Amino acid sequence: MSLRITRAVAQRVVSQLRRDPRTIALIVGVPCVLMVLLQQLFGRNSSVFQSVGTPMLGLFPFITMFLVTSVTMLRERTSGTLERLMTLPLHKIDIVAGYGIAFAVVAVVQATVVSLLALGLLGLDVAGPNWLVVVLAVANAVLGSTLGLFVSAFAETEFQAVQFMPAVVLPQILLCGLFVARDQMATWLRAISYVLPLTYAYDALARTAANEIDDVWFAVDCLVVVGSIALAIALGAATLRRRTA
Amino acid sequence: MRAPAAITVSELRVVRGDAVVLPGLSCEVEAGSVTGLLGPSGSGKSTLLRAIVGVQKVASGRVEVLGQPAGSASLRSRIGYMTQAPSVYGDLTVGENLVFFARVLDVPRSAVDRVLADVSMEEFRGRVVSRLSGGQRARVSLAAALLAEPDLLVLDEPTVGLDPVLRRDLWELFHGLAEHGMTLLVSSHVMDEADRCHALLLLRDGTLLAHATPSELRAQTGKNNLEDVFLRLIEERA
Repeated sequence: MSLRITRAVAQRVVSQLRRDPRTIALIVGVPCVLMVLLQQLFGRNSSVFQSVGTPMLGLFPFITMFLVTSVTMLRERTSGTLERLMTLPLHKIDIVAGYGIAFAVVAVVQATVVSLLALGLLGLDVAGPNWLVVVLAVANAVLGSTLGLFVSAFAETEFQAVQFMPAVVLPQILLCGLFVARDQMATWLRAISYVLPLTYAYDALARTAANEIDDVWFAVDCLVVVGSIALAIALGAATLRRRTA
Repeated sequence: MRAPAAITVSELRVVRGDAVVLPGLSCEVEAGSVTGLLGPSGSGKSTLLRAIVGVQKVASGRVEVLGQPAGSASLRSRIGYMTQAPSVYGDLTVGENLVFFARVLDVPRSAVDRVLADVSMEEFRGRVVSRLSGGQRARVSLAAALLAEPDLLVLDEPTVGLDPVLRRDLWELFHGLAEHGMTLLVSSHVMDEADRCHALLLLRDGTLLAHATPSELRAQTGKNNLEDVFLRLIEERA
């Protein structure tokens, strides 16, 4: 693994995104609008907005980075640039890590803007430290982008890549505890939720909102999220083949 | 007398799905030469080039490049490869593309200026690649392959869609590089480019029809036009 190449890949991906201001505006603007909608829908002091708002700050980056990464990576595969990269003296991990870092940078912008809006203007209460919300949101983004990178290997077209979002992301959102508390789920659903990484990312944010970060489960959540990112990077690198048919 | 081989392909077999692309190809490319890989579209040219740079899954056979098995990690800084479709980032400028590849290859930024001059694209440095013509994009892709001053340059149809003046300039560039010891393997489906090569590999349906110099081929077939030479060789096989 080379730091020089990882940085080069990350900077390249960021410059590609910067060339596309509309996508940046959508990445940052859409979650802001949705957050306002959520607050207006349920009311500033409603228990729904207060309990769902914080985890939402993590879900937005998870979803957008999953989509953006899987499409960007698919383009790299289909345009021949990946084939060129594979003939160059670099390690596959350099590419995957470069992508992860680039989208983490974008996520910092997205999460900071949406958090400032939610915690400031919209009156979302977070009992735990506010900076931790942003850190966890960025971790969610990296998780989403590494998963997207892995999944893009199974898509042949951009249409298919987009369809992987509902296939891979929606079940995780349904089962993470957002809609139904996990201890009220049917046993088999809860069993599934234990193996889905978003469950832990959601739980970490919910515990931050409730200031339960001293709880041992918060530490477990963080470890599982970091472990899942590492696993997704390894799987993503494994799907990058030097030799293809 | 022929120079030692930079590339040795023996009994290379490539199968894609049910289709046998290369049924068992053997050939050599001499070091320091400009070798043309000619054949119609679908003859297996790109597949052979991909096998040589080590990105093609092969069923069997051996490909040795610069004394090592194709795809070896140590070869990656010694081979420049230009894919058939321009493999550069459309949403970056010409300069950003080349600076990125220069950083990956760990070559100084001055190399970017050099390769831009090589392909006569200096004035396009700040232009976004997606807004360039196909031929201009191909030249950016070629420039990226030249960055590391590789020992072997593998070019898949580098002159497609270029105007005659640019094509002539690029072939002069190729010969200049060969004079400095670089080995070039250049594919083309345009027969009139064959005359610009030291040696020719004629490929059809994954089979090697001939490996010779243009003048040897003319003498062998009694034809002057290389298009006719190719036809003659196919007829002889049939």
